Amino acid sequence: MDIEAAKLIGAGLAVIGMVGSGIGIGNVFSSFILAVGRNPAARNEVFTMTMLGFALVEAIALFALVIALLILFK
Amino acid sequence: MADGKEQSPLEQFEIKPLIELKLGNFDISYTNSALFMTVTFFLIVGFLLLGTRKRASVPSRLQVMVELSYEFIAGLIRDTIGAEGRKYFPFIFSVFMFVLVGNLLGMTPYSFTFTSHIIVTFALASVIFIGVTILGFCKHGMHFFSFFLPPGTPWMMAPLLVPIEVISYLSRPISLSVRLFANMLAGHTLLKVIASFIGLLGVYGVLPLALVTALTGLEILIAFLQAYVFAILTCLYINDALKLH
Repeated sequence: MDIEAAKLIGAGLAVIGMVGSGIGIGNVFSSFILAVGRNPAARNEVFTMTMLGFALVEAIALFALVIALLILFK
Repeated sequence: MADGKEQSPLEQFEIKPLIELKLGNFDISYTNSALFMTVTFFLIVGFLLLGTRKRASVPSRLQVMVELSYEFIAGLIRDTIGAEGRKYFPFIFSVFMFVLVGNLLGMTPYSFTFTSHIIVTFALASVIFIGVTILGFCKHGMHFFSFFLPPGTPWMMAPLLVPIEVISYLSRPISLSVRLFANMLAGHTLLKVIASFIGLLGVYGVLPLALVTALTGLEILIAFLQAYVFAILTCLYINDALKLH
């Protein structure tokens, strides 16, 4: 198989890993909304951890993206 | 585009030497990356010094901003580490402001984002990791290794759990650095790619223009968020090293 074709297929397969991050971010923010819905007074405290959780989950998506870019451009 | 040069969206990340210097075989040129790091340094120092010049009890606007940024990090350290974390405040504050101003400077036109290079973020993350590990050994000696066996695990699970804990501990500098690097790289590349459509579509170029405007706002938010996450994870690692759980 042509190496360029293999690189493109590999990069495409690598970004499938971002699906997990999509589910994860949905989870994080759904938990945030539910928690604020039950207890609106806790909003500020929970918001801090929500932002931390969002950034950590987003990082996984970006790890997948970095692998895809490495496959594509190395 | 009209200039005929083949430009790729990754060209904005190229490190160009501004003043060529050589030390034997080592290339220690002053690059555009170093220029922006110097600008960041002077911006932070200027902001802090100018803001605290008058020390008024009723603070001016700049003094309020300096006090806000101090209180933000001080509150962060108090919430994660507690009172014994106060001695790490200068370090956490420097890291946070450096990453924050570096990210934000990259959002200005024609600038260079030095945090979008893995070598810069990896250098920061590995210094933090090595420092925190040495801190753990200095405080607890050989008892530091009990960190890898969480309290209350059954003895059957220990041979499986300890390597997992060690690997997840060793992956901390990698995840810390790649998180910041990939966020900056992906954000700026996306902006460049969508912006390249503006000229190509003629009148319908307002659609990519609106998208680029919205994405720029998102990127500024991400700049703040990534700096905050870098700082809070550093605090959490220091807390782990000091309290071993």
